[in-house]
Amino acid sequence: MLRYRRTLFCRCSNLKKISLYIHIPFCERKCLYCDFLSFSAPDEVRREYVSVLIRQIKSAASQYKDRRVISVFFGGGTPSVLPGTLICDIMDNIRNEFDVDKSAEISIEVNPGTAYDLDSYISAGINRLSIGLQSSVESELKKLGRIHNVRDFETLYEQALLKGFNNINVDLMSGIPGQTLSSYEGSLRYLVDDPFRPKPSHISAYSLSVEEGTPFSRMKLDLPDEDTEREMYKITSDILSEKGYTHYEISNYSLAGSECEHNKVYWRRGDYLGLGLGASSMVDNVRWKNTGSIEDYIKKDDFAPKQVGHLTIKDQMEEFMFLGLRMKEGVSIAGFREYFGVPFPPEYDQVIDKYVSLGLLKKDKMCVMLTQDGISVSNLIMSEFIF
Amino acid sequence: MSNTDQSKIRNFCIVAHIDHGKSTLADRIIEMTGLLTSREMQSQVLDNMDLERERGITIKAQTVRTVYKAKDGNEYIFNLIDTPGHVDFNYEVSRSLAACDGAILVVDAAQGIEAQTLANVYLALDHDLEVFPVINKIDLPSAEPDRVKAEIEDVIGIEAMDAPLISAKNGIGIEDVLESVVAKIPAPKGDPNAPLKALIFDSLYDAYKGVIVFCRLFDGSVKRGTQIRMMATGAVADVVEVGYFGAGQFIVCDELSAGMVGYITASIKNVRDTSVGDTVTDNNNPCKEALPGYKKVLSMVYCGMYPADGAKYPDLRDALEKLQLNDASLTYEPETSVALGFGFRCGFLGLLHLEIICERLEREYNLDLVTTAPGVIYHVYKTDGEMIELTNPSNLPDPSQIDHMEEPIVSAEIMVTTEFIGPIMELCQQRRGKYLGMEYMETSRALLKYELPLNEIIYDFFDALKSKSRGYASFDYELKGYEKSDLVKLDILINKEEIDALSFIVHKEGAYERGRKMCEKLKTEIPRHLFEIPIQACVGGKVIARETIKALRKDVLAKCYGGDITRKKKLLEKQKEGKKRMRQFGNVEIPQNAFLSVLKLEED
Repeated sequence: MLRYRRTLFCRCSNLKKISLYIHIPFCERKCLYCDFLSFSAPDEVRREYVSVLIRQIKSAASQYKDRRVISVFFGGGTPSVLPGTLICDIMDNIRNEFDVDKSAEISIEVNPGTAYDLDSYISAGINRLSIGLQSSVESELKKLGRIHNVRDFETLYEQALLKGFNNINVDLMSGIPGQTLSSYEGSLRYLVDDPFRPKPSHISAYSLSVEEGTPFSRMKLDLPDEDTEREMYKITSDILSEKGYTHYEISNYSLAGSECEHNKVYWRRGDYLGLGLGASSMVDNVRWKNTGSIEDYIKKDDFAPKQVGHLTIKDQMEEFMFLGLRMKEGVSIAGFREYFGVPFPPEYDQVIDKYVSLGLLKKDKMCVMLTQDGISVSNLIMSEFIF
Repeated sequence: MSNTDQSKIRNFCIVAHIDHGKSTLADRIIEMTGLLTSREMQSQVLDNMDLERERGITIKAQTVRTVYKAKDGNEYIFNLIDTPGHVDFNYEVSRSLAACDGAILVVDAAQGIEAQTLANVYLALDHDLEVFPVINKIDLPSAEPDRVKAEIEDVIGIEAMDAPLISAKNGIGIEDVLESVVAKIPAPKGDPNAPLKALIFDSLYDAYKGVIVFCRLFDGSVKRGTQIRMMATGAVADVVEVGYFGAGQFIVCDELSAGMVGYITASIKNVRDTSVGDTVTDNNNPCKEALPGYKKVLSMVYCGMYPADGAKYPDLRDALEKLQLNDASLTYEPETSVALGFGFRCGFLGLLHLEIICERLEREYNLDLVTTAPGVIYHVYKTDGEMIELTNPSNLPDPSQIDHMEEPIVSAEIMVTTEFIGPIMELCQQRRGKYLGMEYMETSRALLKYELPLNEIIYDFFDALKSKSRGYASFDYELKGYEKSDLVKLDILINKEEIDALSFIVHKEGAYERGRKMCEKLKTEIPRHLFEIPIQACVGGKVIARETIKALRKDVLAKCYGGDITRKKKLLEKQKEGKKRMRQFGNVEIPQNAFLSVLKLEED
């Protein structure tokens, strides 16, 4: 694994890199907490969407001929609601139009309750699965409005292992209505403590946030209190590190060599191109989004960049800090100087000193990073780097 | 225009208790006199500040000129000067009254006479105005016009039997009102050939026209080019434009002459040169003596106002200067606070007035303000015999130097239906009221007379009164004088640091209650920090109440999805923006709202 990663970086060193995010906005049914751009749609619409998506891939690619694709991520929505052949079509087109590195990380999100097609994923070259489990407690899955049960997950997970997928992420959620510390611990141990099932190489453990406009925001929820949630966060870190996972990002844990390369591109401010409805991009310090209107996208082939933002140096510095701090390795002091040609501005030093003295940031010669306590209140700290 | 026949002018205002339909009647009059079509009418044409429309109350006196073709075949010019109804704005009322010759008294057909009906009628009669009543809301099921008519004759002593019965809301009986204006309001009787003599009853600052002076001409005339002099300030200026008030706009005319109401713009450089109540005359042919003007208004409530951003201090000074032009009852002088830096100690007519000024500063001048707890003027007698008028609690001398203190007392009249007498008396008792007597207006209503300390009524007395009487009580007060009282300074400590801006003076017996409520309120207003924050209320170094804000334990963003960094940044920006609206006190950040919110402590 380690050797494989090393080659990835060596090989690409001379070429500009790019990552691709492919948005599949369809779901069988929307979960009650979800505020992502997704909806259910009939089969014809899904097929039409894919043909438009392929047109966008073709029209976008010409501008990135000098780039090598180091990761591709199929996100949603639920990409696994699409027939596997369509995923193959999309990947074929990507490979035809872009220079995709042979060892690129290619991920797809899979819902255990959909008719996923692992064989097609393999022939499409997908080498990483991200499975939305959220909880191993049936009642909690029901409260979230998930379409699958625990048994569905087990079937998918076993099949995936049998078919040779060794890089698998499982999503877990804390702060679910009705969840207790022990039921959450049960979900964690279910994943990593079962002698008869290999543990996943990657776990994404994040806490539920109730977003405006979702059904959850209108419901009376019996949410765990703040101290319980904090405790959940702590045992996640304790249990997973005991099991050999590295806590490499605020809500991501991995076994050695299985960090998600695609997500790290976001935190390290690498270039990425979003394809599909509402997808976000950042290339050469310009951020934009695709249209969020399915009508405009499908009927008018509206691929024009929306909400285009040219990042100023100040914007870039702010992002460098708050994105970098998400990573366990933190923000590299030398990296900052190298990128911007100047050291931290004095106002950043003040913020850093303040939080170092509060024990929420750590600073050594190389890096500035959040401490375990700092992670719990990371928003507050990150917001301080915005001026 | 120059030969306007004074006998065809009627200058009048409408007075009423709040919510009796004064502004609605004004709207109908404007509508019926044909300046505006129904379609053009935005509801409440005269309330042209956003704030007024939102709150449904009139704050500033407004003026409009309309033309009415009466049944006698003549056209009359009506200058209608709208007046505020709230007790805080008596001063505005009296300014408007001085520009009028008569007043329409609007009384609600169901509620009858209320405390402010009386207060406003007495003000009008003091100004020698002709007052005639109209009975409004006669289409309400609970309307009792005959009872109300009798009440008006009985209590106020003005003729009411032929009062027009109207519904301003539904346009019933408005013509009767218009005919009554013609018949009952006297025409002005000035001398158009005498030297110019005009009363400034309002003024405002316009970015394009500069200072606009609103005036009522008693004698003489004024036109473009006239060199005018403000008799009190001595400022001299050349008139640039004269005109009158259309609905919501200024209409230029050639000349204003005796009896007319209109505006003047002139080459006035400094906003301070035009003070409301001053007399305008012709510099080359001045009148012998100035009009009596207004009684200088007394501020009753004081608070400190500070810009949230210290660098905006000059902007705040500028804004206050311009607001004062428009609102002569606002007073201010510079002060400094340890916690808040440079600011102003401002004087207001009451708490509502204070709130309105704050909102206007924030909306019209785009300023973020921090306001300290409002207080009244205390008289502090020192052991060395000196007396200090204390408006800022932080300036209270050391207790060892104080012989005794006095606080302002008001005479209050509360009108209430008999079923609520009990609860209202209880409320007044709680607020250290001294019962003076009670008069029955009729079998179901009584007028309670109390003496109350002013500092007990400036915070939330009005709200409490309304809630204890289900909205039926009405209230009016005037300053009576000063009385000796057992007062203490209550200090608030946040994270062990005294916040001078939150200190205030309170009666010894109320200190514990007030301190406890303030701590509770601050607990909900101050966001959680990374550490535990004690909030303490102290009197003379002794803690009398305490609350604790728990430390913030968790604040993490959930999944950052699909690389949508912009969205995440917006969330962080919002969080940071929230911090900017806060003031740093030691390690603690206090939102500006916290300062004003502690004034509105709810009743138990």
